[in-house]
Amino acid sequence: MSAYRLSSGGLVDRSKVLSFTFDGRPLRGLAGDTLASALLANDQLLVGRSFKYHRPRGIVSAGPSEPNALVTLGSGARSDPNTKATVAELYSGLTAKSQNRWPSLGFDVGAVNGLLSPFLGAGFYYKTFMWPRQLWEKLYEPVIRRAAGLGRAVLERDPESYEKSWAFCDLLVVGGGPAGLMAALTAGRAGLRVILADEDFRLGGSLLSETETIDGSPASAFADRVAAELRSLDNVTLLSRTTVFGWYDDNVFGAVERVQKHVAEPSAKLPTERVWRIAAKRALLATGAEERPLVFGGNDRPGVMMGGAIGTYAERYGVSAGKSVAIFTSGSSGYRTARGLAARGMSVSTIVDSRPDAVDAAPDGVRVVRSGSIIDTKGSKRLSGIVVERSGYEELIACDALGMSGGWSPVIHLACQRGGRPVWSEDLKAFAAPDVGGGLRVIGAANGVYTLSGCLRDGAGKAAAIAEELGFHAAEAPLPVIDAEVEPSFAALWYVPGAKSKAFVDFQNDVHAKDLGLALREGFGHVEHAKRYTTSGMATDQGKLSNINAVGILAGMRGVSPAEVGTTTFRPFYTPVSFGALAGTSRDTHATPTRKSPLHEWAKKNGATFVDSGLWFRSAWFPRGGEKTWRESVDREVLNVRANVGICDVSTLGKIEVFGVDAAEFLNRLYCNPMLKLPVGKARYGLMLREDGFVFDDGTVSRLADDHFFVTTTTAMAGAVMSHMEYCAQALWPDLKVRFCSVSDQWAQMAIAGPKARDVLQQLLDEDISETAFPFLSARATALRGGINARLFRISFSGELAFELAVPAGYGEAVADQIMEAGRAHDICAYGVEALNVLRLEKGLLTHAEFDGRVTPDDAGLGRMFSAQKPDFIGKHLSARYGLTAADRMQLVGLKLVDKDKEKDMRAGAHLLKEGMKPSTLNDQGWVSSAGYSPVLGQHIALAFLKSGRERYGEKIVVWDRLRDHEVTAEVCDPVFVGSENTKLKA
Amino acid sequence: MRYSAFSIVRNALSGNLNWRPQWRQPQPKSHYDVIIVGGGGHGLATAYYLAKEFGVKNVAVLEKGYLGSGNVGRNTTIVRSNYMLPGNEPFYEFSMKLWEGLEQDLNYNVMLSQRGVIMLYHSDGQRDAYVRRGNAMWMEGVSAELIEREQLKKMIPFLNYDHARYPILGGLLQRRAGTARHDAVAWGYARGADQHGVDIIEHCEVTGIRRENGVVTGVETSRGFIGCGKLALAAAGNSSRVGEMADLKLPLESHVLQAFVTEGLKPCIDHVIVYGGGHFYISQSDKGGLVFGAEIDGYSSYAQRGNLATAEHVMEEGVSMIPGLSRVRVLRAWGGVMDMSMDGSPIIDRTSIDNLYLNCGWCYGGFKATPASGYCFAHLIARNDTHPVARALRLDRFARGYAVDEAGAGPQPNLH
Amino acid sequence: MASLITCPHCGVRPKEEFAIRGDASLVRPAPSASDEAWHDYVYVRANPRGRTVEHWHHVAGCRRFLVVERDTVTHEVYSVVDAAAAVRGAER
Repeated sequence: MSAYRLSSGGLVDRSKVLSFTFDGRPLRGLAGDTLASALLANDQLLVGRSFKYHRPRGIVSAGPSEPNALVTLGSGARSDPNTKATVAELYSGLTAKSQNRWPSLGFDVGAVNGLLSPFLGAGFYYKTFMWPRQLWEKLYEPVIRRAAGLGRAVLERDPESYEKSWAFCDLLVVGGGPAGLMAALTAGRAGLRVILADEDFRLGGSLLSETETIDGSPASAFADRVAAELRSLDNVTLLSRTTVFGWYDDNVFGAVERVQKHVAEPSAKLPTERVWRIAAKRALLATGAEERPLVFGGNDRPGVMMGGAIGTYAERYGVSAGKSVAIFTSGSSGYRTARGLAARGMSVSTIVDSRPDAVDAAPDGVRVVRSGSIIDTKGSKRLSGIVVERSGYEELIACDALGMSGGWSPVIHLACQRGGRPVWSEDLKAFAAPDVGGGLRVIGAANGVYTLSGCLRDGAGKAAAIAEELGFHAAEAPLPVIDAEVEPSFAALWYVPGAKSKAFVDFQNDVHAKDLGLALREGFGHVEHAKRYTTSGMATDQGKLSNINAVGILAGMRGVSPAEVGTTTFRPFYTPVSFGALAGTSRDTHATPTRKSPLHEWAKKNGATFVDSGLWFRSAWFPRGGEKTWRESVDREVLNVRANVGICDVSTLGKIEVFGVDAAEFLNRLYCNPMLKLPVGKARYGLMLREDGFVFDDGTVSRLADDHFFVTTTTAMAGAVMSHMEYCAQALWPDLKVRFCSVSDQWAQMAIAGPKARDVLQQLLDEDISETAFPFLSARATALRGGINARLFRISFSGELAFELAVPAGYGEAVADQIMEAGRAHDICAYGVEALNVLRLEKGLLTHAEFDGRVTPDDAGLGRMFSAQKPDFIGKHLSARYGLTAADRMQLVGLKLVDKDKEKDMRAGAHLLKEGMKPSTLNDQGWVSSAGYSPVLGQHIALAFLKSGRERYGEKIVVWDRLRDHEVTAEVCDPVFVGSENTKLKA
Repeated sequence: MRYSAFSIVRNALSGNLNWRPQWRQPQPKSHYDVIIVGGGGHGLATAYYLAKEFGVKNVAVLEKGYLGSGNVGRNTTIVRSNYMLPGNEPFYEFSMKLWEGLEQDLNYNVMLSQRGVIMLYHSDGQRDAYVRRGNAMWMEGVSAELIEREQLKKMIPFLNYDHARYPILGGLLQRRAGTARHDAVAWGYARGADQHGVDIIEHCEVTGIRRENGVVTGVETSRGFIGCGKLALAAAGNSSRVGEMADLKLPLESHVLQAFVTEGLKPCIDHVIVYGGGHFYISQSDKGGLVFGAEIDGYSSYAQRGNLATAEHVMEEGVSMIPGLSRVRVLRAWGGVMDMSMDGSPIIDRTSIDNLYLNCGWCYGGFKATPASGYCFAHLIARNDTHPVARALRLDRFARGYAVDEAGAGPQPNLH
Repeated sequence: MASLITCPHCGVRPKEEFAIRGDASLVRPAPSASDEAWHDYVYVRANPRGRTVEHWHHVAGCRRFLVVERDTVTHEVYSVVDAAAAVRGAER
């Protein structure tokens, strides 16, 4: 028993005991604890195993920089691997498990790696495991993978929910320590819209561990007072448990709020985490400074901690990290920590100070070893002593906790995320934030201001300046009074010479000083190379503690200033953020919006099976009693349309109204076929190209009046066509007098197809729709009996006599019902997109299965539509290129199975080979774009693109589907299988 | 120094003090037969093959930053040859074969892990497109498998089979595809090139291309003028800028593509999985981090950093495909500058200037192409003749109407 | 820029409301223009490092194409104008 709860003190509620478990062991902590402080209070110092050598590791820090104390919280689908115990707020019922150890934390077989460490230096894996090659995936890699990694992700469905929110403010303050609180208070009082975000569950930052008094009372009381006042201001939003993880363009910040990560039973009414996107006119970075570890032999022994962390555990949590504490420091902060611990009644035995000439005052009874070094530590899974060297003499000093203090580094992560590089400051002996303009300024310790009074002044001053800039006025207010303060000073000490065992730089990734030496020796002296070669700074803490020492060591070895070495790049995220938080509500069936046709309910009550089609659900087929397979239903639907009549929902087609005196000219430039002289009352099939000459989309154009057209697009391209039209109208030809808008959602549209289509539809209309009155390709506005406005088109996607009827979306279901009723005597059936597809396949009509973005009109057999006479249209000029007109291009053909065996079929995606030719890319003759069974012909048919295909009708070709081990022979034919004479169409 | 288990043991016994730099830091000479601009994967591979396969050893690689500081060290490490178009598939399969022998060839373990790349499909139409692609692969002799839903469930049980917006129906699998350790590829080629006498000159930025009588005579650099017989550009996202120095106007836009890595986890994802309901792709590194990415940010950019909206969208796709990712934490995001071409396919060709050669337009696909890109570029430079597998990747394909448009998206770089 | 765009019609809006079409400096050639002019228009891009103009389409807003003048390195936005207005301005 060495770490323990002090009998008094700390910002914990001693009346609220919380029970939790660690590796199954029941333990107790207090409200206000973190998991780390509670573990320490239970003398559980050993919490994990390191990445590579599986060395026993203890808690090092008291915050988000923690490299070692990573645990898995929760269980099952609620597991959170790699959670830093130092920031995990304790709650009753919390379960924590240690990681990267087998079979147990105390006895870990992986620790054998430590013995092999001379062979496992930086980058060793690049030099071996190359022979025999097959063993890499089978043996070497699995072993490496199993040994590496940390926590275990269960990959089960997360039962909790997440959400996102935008926020806007005049001033965002990142960090609720002394500088941040003072800034928020100053700006808040001046009337700015302020957001203060702080990652901790209690506002105050370093004030909560502060031993100085403010205005005569404890610093934490001051923090509480300021927090209370901020809370009372309507223009101030306090976001605690909120980490600002990224700084993006336009001063937008990403932040994640842990709404209920700290409760055992999350409320279903609240998200677990919430991502904020904060658009801030100004921001102040008040993220404090990080104390630096010292790189000395045995510095990873459990019990070796950051000096400030030992202070925080004592002051904020009332926990002593040990019975006998030693301090190893290169500056005054070690003394300050020692004084604080002594004031809490803890036993501090020794301060080892690397400096020869320190003048700092140690507490009474504490021995100070000046010019001292620690060269090794003793103990197995817990520190029992330190080997101190001074002037060549070694001494073993017993202790069970050691605080390291190697000086301070401002936390400037966010300020460097948009390309600005940190600037080395000789004064601070640290990298400082670059000047990144007025949007983001740095205050307090993050700005290299290390006294409490200085932080308060910096925060108040910069907030007041921002208030003035934004047209507010901050009234002068006296700053709180701090008792005698000492400006901290320290000597930069990157590496403690004489190490008798491994001196770790990056604890989690097990990078020690010699690894950096090896990297340099092998030519990896650039800071980025050293990082990548040794993996220093690549662990879950992203080198928050280690990077500065790695830079310093490289600088020392290269004999240059740290300024010359520079840093690796700061990138989001400041601390790791869950997928769930960033994804928010967009997951599962809500991953993208769902669009339902106005006829969706109609289809549903008619028994439709639905299929995804982009964002849409479309009715695929309408099974009837006794039909066991989709094919039975589809065959019936197809035959019924060919013999009687069917109704199909085509509402998902893109529909665009085009108006204006130049509407005809506009469309004439958009489509490759002529549109200028389309008569009023007529529809025309249209083909749009991209500017590179390939087919973009097809659809119909109907002229409802001289200056009024109605355009349809395919379902898939509705959005793209609309955007394209807008681009052309606005950016290319803004002088054309044309206006258009999408009405896809305004109209329910249905196709009524089959020999009896007219008989059915006429029942709904007074208007004569006979062949003479309303011939093929007629189009007009009309009204149904009863007065519903409608549009009627005599167009067909099946080769049958067919109409498309559009009615206002809200009437869609009623009208479709009425058509079904009217059609009952004619054996009408509802048919879905599968039957639609077979009908169009039989007729050789095309969809985006054919128009795959690499097809010209001529490839598709639509070359006659390309109007060379028109002076200009999109895609005209580049269509003339050699590659688009070459004779060996693949052209649309039909394929009929030679063997009519019903078991054999052709499938889309198969390729084509000449009979007797070996498969090879060179011999590849083409591919099958659409295939299906034609119930009319009683055989399988397909559309395909075949090299010079139109010259090859009658040729036998191998339909080669190696992927599915399927090979048949087909005859090349005209792609129009049914109704090539168009007699039914025009009946 | 040859690398082997034996060399590791021997060096360990001497305290690891005798390892040598993996490549030299030479001073630039006044003239080289070939100068390659760009010390990324492609430039280094080109130098390596020039020296080793084509006997051109008086070669320098000029890199403005540190070696491998571009996209070779900033990608999602995927290696595959599952293309559809005849202009692409032979080239990427040639690359795949080079990958398969790369470690022995370089005596450097680039950790090629042939764990399989599976691309999911979510509709019949998508399946048909993948079947077309799979058969195109088989045409080239590349094995591919169509994995149907029930089989996929056994293979990858944690996908979103039950609550997906777009149902997961199956996938197209290339077993030989996988991942490689990206940095090691740059280092391995650098070491190999160096051993064959190539000078790799880091922190040497090309600031101008000197021409006399219509041919390149050398380059102005931050370290002075360096003469050359032939100049080869492999500048990836900065190709337009370097090309400009020789008055080349290129069919390129530079775009930022983000990639991400999670905290280290015990092995949980054993394949490279590509989501068909979006662009998301994910695999697990040997260190345990899940490495993933999706689409480009969409605007042209030379900044190596991305925007939050795109990052969020990437996570949405990730959780949509694998619901259990929800509680996994993302550690780091980074951005690479992609040289997006007008048809989504690369360019390896000569230029209008006789001794100036061009290698660019790699879009998302640069990493997997590294060996073939280097080999074919070296072939072109050494022999003034296009390598057979790169014939479709010439610069004049746009003017001639032979775009290699794998996505079928047309001449808009951010759609590829 | 990568986060917010000030649409001249709708005000400051988030990036995800927009779709980016590409280089706005290109001028569509006359039908009779040379093959080279057409090739350059469709396929060649200046791809500047620094100041550029780009078409952004406010798809989830006013549905206008905007010409966004911005920096490809810093992502600073210098101006946003309606594309039609920009064309008319250029013609004048």
